[in-house]
Amino acid sequence: MKRLIEEVRESDSIYMPVPARIASMIPLTDHETLFTIELPHDITLRHSPGQFVQVSLFGLGEAPISISSSPSRSNGIFELCVRRAGDLTNALHRLEPGAIIGVRGPFGKGFPIQQFRGKDILLLAGGLGMAPLRSLITEVLDERGNYGRVIILYGSRTADDILFRNEMVEWAARDDVELHLTVDKPDSTWRHTVGVITNLFSEVEIVPRNTAAVIVGPPVMYRFVLRELIKVGIPKGNIWMSFERRMKCGVGKCGHCQLQHIYTCQEGPAFSYDEVEELDEALS
Amino acid sequence: MTYMIMPKAVLGNWVGRLKEQYRVVGPKEKQGQFIFDEIRSVDELCLHYTPTVLPPKKYLFPPREVLLEYNLDGSRIESTVEPQPTVILGIHTCDLHAIKLLDHVFNQGYVDQHYLANREHTYLVSIECLSQCTEHSFCRDMGTASSADGFDIHILELDNVFALNVRTRKGIKLMDGFHHAFEAMPSDMKRINKAYSEKWERFSYRLDFDVVEMSDLLDDCYESKLWDELGDRCLACGMCTKVCPTCYCFDVTDEADLLLEKGRRLRRWDTCQIDQFALVAGGHNFREKLSIRQRHRFMRKGKYQMDAFGMVGCVGCGRCATSCLVHIRPIEVFNRLREYSQKTGKARGELVPVVEVSQ
Repeated sequence: MKRLIEEVRESDSIYMPVPARIASMIPLTDHETLFTIELPHDITLRHSPGQFVQVSLFGLGEAPISISSSPSRSNGIFELCVRRAGDLTNALHRLEPGAIIGVRGPFGKGFPIQQFRGKDILLLAGGLGMAPLRSLITEVLDERGNYGRVIILYGSRTADDILFRNEMVEWAARDDVELHLTVDKPDSTWRHTVGVITNLFSEVEIVPRNTAAVIVGPPVMYRFVLRELIKVGIPKGNIWMSFERRMKCGVGKCGHCQLQHIYTCQEGPAFSYDEVEELDEALS
Repeated sequence: MTYMIMPKAVLGNWVGRLKEQYRVVGPKEKQGQFIFDEIRSVDELCLHYTPTVLPPKKYLFPPREVLLEYNLDGSRIESTVEPQPTVILGIHTCDLHAIKLLDHVFNQGYVDQHYLANREHTYLVSIECLSQCTEHSFCRDMGTASSADGFDIHILELDNVFALNVRTRKGIKLMDGFHHAFEAMPSDMKRINKAYSEKWERFSYRLDFDVVEMSDLLDDCYESKLWDELGDRCLACGMCTKVCPTCYCFDVTDEADLLLEKGRRLRRWDTCQIDQFALVAGGHNFREKLSIRQRHRFMRKGKYQMDAFGMVGCVGCGRCATSCLVHIRPIEVFNRLREYSQKTGKARGELVPVVEVSQ
């Protein structure tokens, strides 16, 4: 099987998308849909969790979208969890299974899962941050034996906004996964925590020197979560994040994703706190 | 190194020959300004010119370039890499240095075949500037008032002849079969060297420090108040980046035909000075303030590109200063940053005061 990135690199243009088929579309919430994408038969994605692909709609444009499925399960098929946010993502939602889109990638650096082996893993997702994190979570759970505790803290706006509900139920039922949920606006049936994600810290005991933390969420979330993680005593080099930036090329040229001197699409989107602490455009 | 001597009177013959095989472009006068444009007859070619409105990078990295053509249903996707063999005549060395930087950018990591194809089919004929061209240029400070490489042929104007430094195989190709240029004699070499060495006194230094200090200076001045002042003045028109020979940021957009059958993907020059540049779909703008955008621009020019490629990202052409409506001028900005860094004692090389530790 040939890797998608090789197919793209060997074409006449690094901007050349490979046609791919939407195999299924499963609505997860009112705003988000899980797309299963099928690559041409001899091509596979082979990404690492945290990487993204450039998704093309012909006639509309291209947008970077993080990969939601685990590498170990992507055999020419992968998943994207997409929120209706702009023109392109709205148009994606109007498509039907069978439609052809274009994909390039995977691009960027994902999370260093090799470094996580043997450690407790603390995964923190805010809202749509669960989309890229789910790739890492499924990978970790597929190789569960390689890791210590697996702790998932997940904050959503409301209970209806929770992504991957079926999996949440599965994870909650496992005795080797600690899942903690919070919502900003609870309804009468909500039995879990209420408020910002940092409220969940009181529910878990973390062994700082043996923990790798991964945070993915909206820009405002990082600062607050980082403060808590530092307070708990997790080393900065063991705290990982994924940054969202505007991207037009994915290959370190167009300049949109630059945070100071760093092209997020090349050096990131996964960064350790250690790498970006001194960069004030990173967490602004 | 081969120098050829070409009488000025035969320049037209040479250009005429080139036109048989290539698109020949060069500096031309238009409405009181200079632009790079196709040279139809040699009379149009202005070898004495002040920086053109747009730099010659437009032939390598066009303002608007089709990347792909496709059917909207995805049944056909083709890349459009169709370079037009072009000779660019009369490139100032500042612009030549800028092209060297662009070569690094588009060749590193993922190679950009579109730029590369244009570059491969473009012949660079540069010209030695013998005096400083405008009040805004500071090429001597930036080390771009001459160039040892990067060109295929480099022209030096002497009294009644041009001395051509034919440096590359592509340069030799441009001279191929042209019988009105002759190999330079030792006496010519003497004149050539004299002309080169005598030019320097006609170029003044305009920065208050050496360019090697630029990267550290910008590092020290990251928190400078000057960025706020620039932000207050800046209109976010993006002109400084549009005319810049080393700017290469771009936007990518799709266009569909009216029948919704075919479409194409284009890239266009973009500018970090406009508000949408770092805006993401959720509405967060990572560089909302004008001051931060100006800082980003100067950081790229003075530091980031230097750190990444070992080449300073500003070549001192002065185009941004000429075109800025609110007179933001790099010489002034760099010199004021220097002043700031000295006042705040952040300048490198200064001794760190010893702090006594109380027992």
